[in-house]
Amino acid sequence: MSDAATPLPRAAEPLLRVEGLKMHFPIYKGVLRRRAGAVKAVDDITFSVAEGETLGLVGESGCGKSTAGRAILRLYEPTAGAIVLEGRDIAHLEGDALRTLRPKMQMIFQDPQASLNPRMTVGSIIAEPLDEHTRQSRAARRARVTELMDAVGLNRTFVNRYPHEFSGGQRQRIGIARALALNPKFIVCDEPIAALDVSIQAQVVNLLEDLQQQLGLTYLFISHDLSMVRHLATRVAVMYLGKLVEIAARETLYDRPAHPYTQALISAVPSPNPEIEAKRRRIVLKGDVPSPSNPPPGCAFSTRCPRVFDRCRIETPPLYDLGGGHRAACFLAEPAARAA
Amino acid sequence: MLDGPAPVLEVSDLQTVFQMRDGAVHAVNGVSFAIAPGELLGVVGESGSGKSVTMMSLMRLLPSPPARIVGGEIRYQGRDVRRMSDAQMRELRGGEIGFVFQDPMTSLNPVFTVGYQLVEPLRVHLGLSKSAARARAAELLKLVGIPDAARRLDDYPHQFSGGMRQRVMIAMALSCDPKVLIADEPTTALDVTIQAQILEIVRDLRQKLGMGIIWITHDLGLVAGIADRVMVMYAGQVVEHGPVKAIFSDPQHPYTRALLATVPSVTGPRATRLRTIEGQPPILLQYPRACPFAPRCRHAFNRCRVENPTRIPVGEGHDVACWWDPATDEPRHV
Repeated sequence: MSDAATPLPRAAEPLLRVEGLKMHFPIYKGVLRRRAGAVKAVDDITFSVAEGETLGLVGESGCGKSTAGRAILRLYEPTAGAIVLEGRDIAHLEGDALRTLRPKMQMIFQDPQASLNPRMTVGSIIAEPLDEHTRQSRAARRARVTELMDAVGLNRTFVNRYPHEFSGGQRQRIGIARALALNPKFIVCDEPIAALDVSIQAQVVNLLEDLQQQLGLTYLFISHDLSMVRHLATRVAVMYLGKLVEIAARETLYDRPAHPYTQALISAVPSPNPEIEAKRRRIVLKGDVPSPSNPPPGCAFSTRCPRVFDRCRIETPPLYDLGGGHRAACFLAEPAARAA
Repeated sequence: MLDGPAPVLEVSDLQTVFQMRDGAVHAVNGVSFAIAPGELLGVVGESGSGKSVTMMSLMRLLPSPPARIVGGEIRYQGRDVRRMSDAQMRELRGGEIGFVFQDPMTSLNPVFTVGYQLVEPLRVHLGLSKSAARARAAELLKLVGIPDAARRLDDYPHQFSGGMRQRVMIAMALSCDPKVLIADEPTTALDVTIQAQILEIVRDLRQKLGMGIIWITHDLGLVAGIADRVMVMYAGQVVEHGPVKAIFSDPQHPYTRALLATVPSVTGPRATRLRTIEGQPPILLQYPRACPFAPRCRHAFNRCRVENPTRIPVGEGHDVACWWDPATDEPRHV
């Protein structure tokens, strides 16, 4: 073939494209409850997720990563921007049009304790999406529930038990089975392993990987655990104070992070090796994340950045393209600055 | 610990039981350890492994009933802690042994200013005057890196961020110059960049103040960076204990080895698949007679199921509670 040497053909249209997504929550003040401002939880983020890949979305608490995930699934009404799923903008769909879309995109929640109704049996929890969105017979539903329980590694004899009878890891499996019930294409995993013990985390991560391979799922994996994201994601996006500061393929992001925040974040993860730990040069950031209702002018990271200069405090850096799908929002990554 | 200073706190064969309506839960099953001045001991284990309960029960911080110490010895600077009166215990807590809890929000009183809460132990334990205590409180906040410390004394806990609150907790634990600081997952609720800040403070303070620190965590990476010695707990027992280098370069217990294998890293080669430990940690309704890890252990053999291993020395200050020898992949000859 003549084009054997050309790089892999780019998929015509990514499964999901997020463009300029904004999610602002108004703040009301005073007796008249006048609008006094807004918490800019997600402020103008743009990225895409290709079919079958896992995009890791990382950042510290309060950076807006969960809000972004929820807004993409249309659990919120976005303030502005487009969410294009399979070529169709779903950002402002309502009512039935939105409802018929729900089976395609599902969510796995962080806290398996709080996201499962304690008064429902495992069987009815997993069958609930089927009741809502399909018209299957009881027998067909029952069969699907056992099939799902097998898929996530839950003993099918537990179908009539209640969530409290399960451990944290098993409860997370119930949540995963429920998310899979309607054969979704896209799943937002919102810190699915944060509440689990280390030895159980690995079990759940392996399960998520197996299911992705078997069912061709696409994940948006939201996490603050950079080492787990490195294991699971094909590409990684980093958020800070509602903004996307860097996005790149996994190897690029971990080996050559361009944004000082990404560098600090990676350097802050302790490594389970005392020899490396003793020698390692750490970047310790000063101060805390500023409030998203009152972000600093210019670059949001300028208040904590170890490499800040005057321009950062006035201008907001755009996402510069560094080639190969690597983009970073920092003046140091500006093509002119890199050439100098 | 043949060389070095004598331990300040020594615990041997501690056993704690929770007496419940439908039986007893054996949470701490014969835990022994010691901590010397200036030393940092990392205590690692999953939730329910008994690491927090061990520290809480030796400080008599657990409600009794249901919790009860049924055996063992606790010595602080040679004094028998188990025989101390409640008043003596109050003096020990806060005065001699500081405690930092996991959740900085729930362990600070929301209706008092941070200054008030910092001044109180200084006046009670050290008998300082109001103004002296306030000056000392401001000094402490400065020590843990809180900017504009004197002014922030009049702020309430909700006016501080999570990382700042945890610094206040550390300042409070340090207020009476304790000889031992017990930190129970002090950074678990915090973000990694904030955690890095707290770790810097602890490294720094340890050198300045020369106290012994017991750091409870489930994060092996964290322990690798700050601890001198590591104690791995499982099902209320110490399964492995040794110098930090030995634990990470030559782990002996199958549980330690599995834990190290399950944790992915941000550097080095990336495994295509994570190793897992199948099964669940046990709930101990009776004192373990067999090895509690045996049902999840891939190396378990008959002896493991009938006899609970004792801590066997395997190297310089390194011991392991396991009948299996990773060097030969065969039972140990003990």
